[in-house]
Amino acid sequence: MKKLWLIIPLMLFALFLGVAAYQLTQPRDTLVRSTMIGKPLPAFDLPGATDDAPRVASGLFADGQPRLLNVWATWCVPCIAEAPQLEELAKRGVPIVGIAIRDEPEAIAQFLEQYGDPYAAIARDDIAEVQLALGSSGVPETFVIDGKGIIRHQHIGDIRESDVDEIYAKWEAAK
Amino acid sequence: MTPFPLLAAAMLSLSAPIAGPAAGQMTSSAPLANTQLADPQQEASAQALMEELRCLTCQSQSIADSNAPMAGDMRHQVRSRIAAGESPEQVRAWLVERYGDYVTYRPGLDSATWPLFALPVLFLLVAGVILFRRLGRRGE
Repeated sequence: MKKLWLIIPLMLFALFLGVAAYQLTQPRDTLVRSTMIGKPLPAFDLPGATDDAPRVASGLFADGQPRLLNVWATWCVPCIAEAPQLEELAKRGVPIVGIAIRDEPEAIAQFLEQYGDPYAAIARDDIAEVQLALGSSGVPETFVIDGKGIIRHQHIGDIRESDVDEIYAKWEAAK
Repeated sequence: MTPFPLLAAAMLSLSAPIAGPAAGQMTSSAPLANTQLADPQQEASAQALMEELRCLTCQSQSIADSNAPMAGDMRHQVRSRIAAGESPEQVRAWLVERYGDYVTYRPGLDSATWPLFALPVLFLLVAGVILFRRLGRRGE
């Protein structure tokens, strides 16, 4: 009976090793999800894409119409990859508001000319304050905001062709 | 001829198209990202908090340690909020509300984290009981 007691620490250690080994074989989820889903869009008021463009404020979102809020940047390579998919969503009638992170008016103009302009409005967030308020941790990310200004869905990473239908459905569901 | 010049050339040509457009985001332009607060006490509490917040893009560094632009922008949030009179715990709560416990290296006590706090106490108790019985027996 006493011998049994002695091997308990060893068994615990083996159990620990087993759990660790199992976890090592599992794919790691490194996405940092926003915990703002279901909460109101944080209030913001940012300059437009160019210095003479109108400012873009969060009040825009509470007019009864759901929108996509696309967090992107001209220096972000996956943002180039998702441009055609944003174009497709805009063509289907989805209004898209862009927030360009740490960006320059000239770079934005050049990007839009080169890769298309699916945006109803673009804001510049030079210090990522709205990105942080949204719980977004990278670019690109796309949020579905319903007509009351509530955040309904977050898509992390570039929108692939296979994501377009899902995001359109989330936008429809936010009506 | 060594393969290294070739390798270096290949790496350069791979990184060039990324390095070009990336120039705009290499540093944070937020005013308080790398500027200390004038009030030393506020700066000290901001610094202490920054060492306990996780950089979201580098993930294994604190925002005090990281040069990532995102970390700089987070430091700006911490400093400007503390300068505006918020307590460090209010600033932490603001970030946890957005990113979950993931963003802080000092997790709070809740339904998912209680074993972290309970297990050390349990182990100490078990060790104490074992020691007590061993030592007690020797004294007999």
